[in-house]
Amino acid sequence: MDLSQYLEIFIDETKEHLQTLNDQVLILEAEPENIDTVNEIFRAAHSLKGMAGTMGFKRMQRLTHDMENVFSEVRNGKLNVNADMVDIVFKCLDAIEGYLANIVESSDEGTEDNEELIGLLNAALEGKCDTGEPEVVAETPKETAPAGSEERKKYLQIPIADFEKNAMNEAKANGMHVYATTVYIQESCLLKAARAFLVFKGLEGKGEIIKSVPSVQDIEDERFDFDFSMFILSEKPIEEIKKIIENVSEIEEAVIEEFEIPDEVQDTTPVATEEVKTEVKAVAEKKEEKKPAASGSKSSKPVVNRSVRVDIEKLDDLMNLVSELIIAKNGLVSVTGESKSLDQGFNEQIEYLERVTTNLHESVMKVRMVPIESVVNRFPRMIRDLSKKLNKDMELIMTGEDTELDRTVIDEIGDPLMHMLRNAADHGLESTIDRLKIGKPKVGTIRLDAYQDGNNVTIEVSDDGAGVDVEKIKRKAIEKGTITEEQAEYMTEKEAVDLLFAPAFSTAEKISDVSGRGVGLDVVKNKIEGLGGDVEVVTKLGEGTKFIVRLPLTLAIIQALMINISDEMYALPLNSVVTIEEITPDDIKYVQTKEVINLRGTVIPLVRLNEVLDIEPLERDEDDDEGMIVVIVKKGDRQAGLVIDKLIGQQEIVIKPLGKYIRVPKLISGATILGNGEVALIIDSNTLV
Amino acid sequence: MDTNAVSNDTKQYIMVKFDNEQYGIDITYIDNIVRLQSITRVPHTQEYFLGIINLRGEIMPVMSMRRKFDLPDKENTNASRILIVKYEGNAKIGMLVDEVKEVVTLSEADVEKISGDTVDSNRAYLAGVGKYNDTLISLLNIGAIINDIDSEF
Repeated sequence: MDLSQYLEIFIDETKEHLQTLNDQVLILEAEPENIDTVNEIFRAAHSLKGMAGTMGFKRMQRLTHDMENVFSEVRNGKLNVNADMVDIVFKCLDAIEGYLANIVESSDEGTEDNEELIGLLNAALEGKCDTGEPEVVAETPKETAPAGSEERKKYLQIPIADFEKNAMNEAKANGMHVYATTVYIQESCLLKAARAFLVFKGLEGKGEIIKSVPSVQDIEDERFDFDFSMFILSEKPIEEIKKIIENVSEIEEAVIEEFEIPDEVQDTTPVATEEVKTEVKAVAEKKEEKKPAASGSKSSKPVVNRSVRVDIEKLDDLMNLVSELIIAKNGLVSVTGESKSLDQGFNEQIEYLERVTTNLHESVMKVRMVPIESVVNRFPRMIRDLSKKLNKDMELIMTGEDTELDRTVIDEIGDPLMHMLRNAADHGLESTIDRLKIGKPKVGTIRLDAYQDGNNVTIEVSDDGAGVDVEKIKRKAIEKGTITEEQAEYMTEKEAVDLLFAPAFSTAEKISDVSGRGVGLDVVKNKIEGLGGDVEVVTKLGEGTKFIVRLPLTLAIIQALMINISDEMYALPLNSVVTIEEITPDDIKYVQTKEVINLRGTVIPLVRLNEVLDIEPLERDEDDDEGMIVVIVKKGDRQAGLVIDKLIGQQEIVIKPLGKYIRVPKLISGATILGNGEVALIIDSNTLV
Repeated sequence: MDTNAVSNDTKQYIMVKFDNEQYGIDITYIDNIVRLQSITRVPHTQEYFLGIINLRGEIMPVMSMRRKFDLPDKENTNASRILIVKYEGNAKIGMLVDEVKEVVTLSEADVEKISGDTVDSNRAYLAGVGKYNDTLISLLNIGAIINDIDSEF
């Protein structure tokens, strides 16, 4: 059977399961007793195994199978979670990721057998004997004793709750039969859930299913192996029930028998209640810790929501069409603007069209928005690994994972963020010994905070480490010839810190394989600027460093202020515009030979756009003291005044790249097509502040 | 294909003119020929780029062939055209020429290859010289021009 059509779904789902596993194993490391987490891990590992098997990835299946075995034992309380085991499991996850990478590349899992890991897993399984609980010894023979068909009666191992027992007793008193059955589905079956559903459907009306293991929900979501067990209350004879089940195609066998209701509480039950008890105790002991874990496991369970997976290319097409529509609409608007004689009805319709296109654009944008969670959720694992590798105690606190960004930005932002986090872990935080020496908490804190700020999204990566030593940077820069000693003398602290972003600049004393090769921050800066954003560092010696990344919410369509400089038209993104002021030449003052204006108590440097854009200034009479128009723009908390010749108005514009070949200065961030078909350049005012 | 006049050892060229010389461009690299339209100047860019135009919703950089060949600028006329050139897998680029004349078919025998190692940079952009009727056509090496621009990007 051709499975290639399922490959994409397989890849997506494998990624999801791997993420779940990573998250949950991290939780497990912190709370080895958390049974919810163990269950979650078991389920995810189990699904992975099933999917890999279905797709014919034998090596991946084998590895996940062995991993599942380990967790199966943990779940049954026969194996304790310890640090070594968590390490092995993480290695397994990496190995599975390796398989997945191969599959994405070549639709083939590759030839790496990972024998070593499988050996380790099996060793961990063997290790259970060392824990040597007497229960285990007692239970093992029980399991192995019943040979052959008895082994297939999996329902015998299902604990029965009191209320279920009551229901069975009641039914029996009413002359009904209580059947226990384990249904086996053929291993070649692709639609297990559908087959199981048919079984349920067939039994409908013939009897009542009072319990199924796994639960009906899990079965519907295909979270089960090739068998499931049920308890059925029915008036029909056992043969009829067996026939109904086995009549469903691809069902291998239904092992069924009249169930003997245990008179007294079975020995499995006390274990269960005991577990509940300890769990309750655990809850009481660490209420706060327990809560987030519980909610975490809840959120990672795929809630059935109404959604579709859409190829990103289709969304891009849609976005392009919306862009075209907006350009066409702008064209219409400019045509109607020229001929004023058009009747009112026409103008109303144009306005209506304008509203619709704006809403349409917003909707399409929203569809393309993805929470940054999908990027940042791999960081806790990374920090954990770094912590081990660097031998520093550290924790990562993340907030605002639900902040949304355009898909195109999301795809690009992962690497820069990772770089900054690595930097924080490696260079930012002091070693544990040093921290204790200076009286800081032993565990270093790295924070990743994301939030929306107007039309921007801000992501801050901060640490409570040593901070940046400005003098050290200056010395290093002089050594490397980036600046001269004279320059260093006059540098502001901010300028010096910005040297961190200079190409091939690294202040790390020792080069580690984590970071410190001097490729990094300049790459980070380039990448972020390429996305139309900017990055800034705030640091305090001894207290820590904070990288502030600002990114535009959308990349394709923005509101802009259209301006004229001489006879050329330019677009200024509206989100950076603060106010528009009219000043007279007398208002211009000079500070260090630079033009500034004093605007309501704030001194703002002036930028003459015609100079930076290399435009011949409009001819003005010498004694003309007519007002000048200044657009005040901001970047972070800094401002600048851009001198322009004429304001045209606000317009929704579609940002287009300028294409290859033509070299574009930094202050031009793109181009846009105007209503009349001409092209205007978009000024990135961030470069001028 | 047999009925087609173009056989294996002939090639079709678009004959264009700028300054006083005629140039031929392999027709397979021509995506489109458009009339002159308003070009938006881009500040601080390579001096041979005139700016960008809107080609049916796509932004296209336009270079002046005169400037690329270090020839003096000339007032644009009604005959001026922008050739939209697409060289193999590369992005499209606009080239402004004074005039587009006709499509000519040259057989290999009509083309004289230009030998390498020439100091004249303009000659590096030439693939050869073609004889057509009584005139000579300098055949442009589009690949060399594109690579050259690419390296300056």
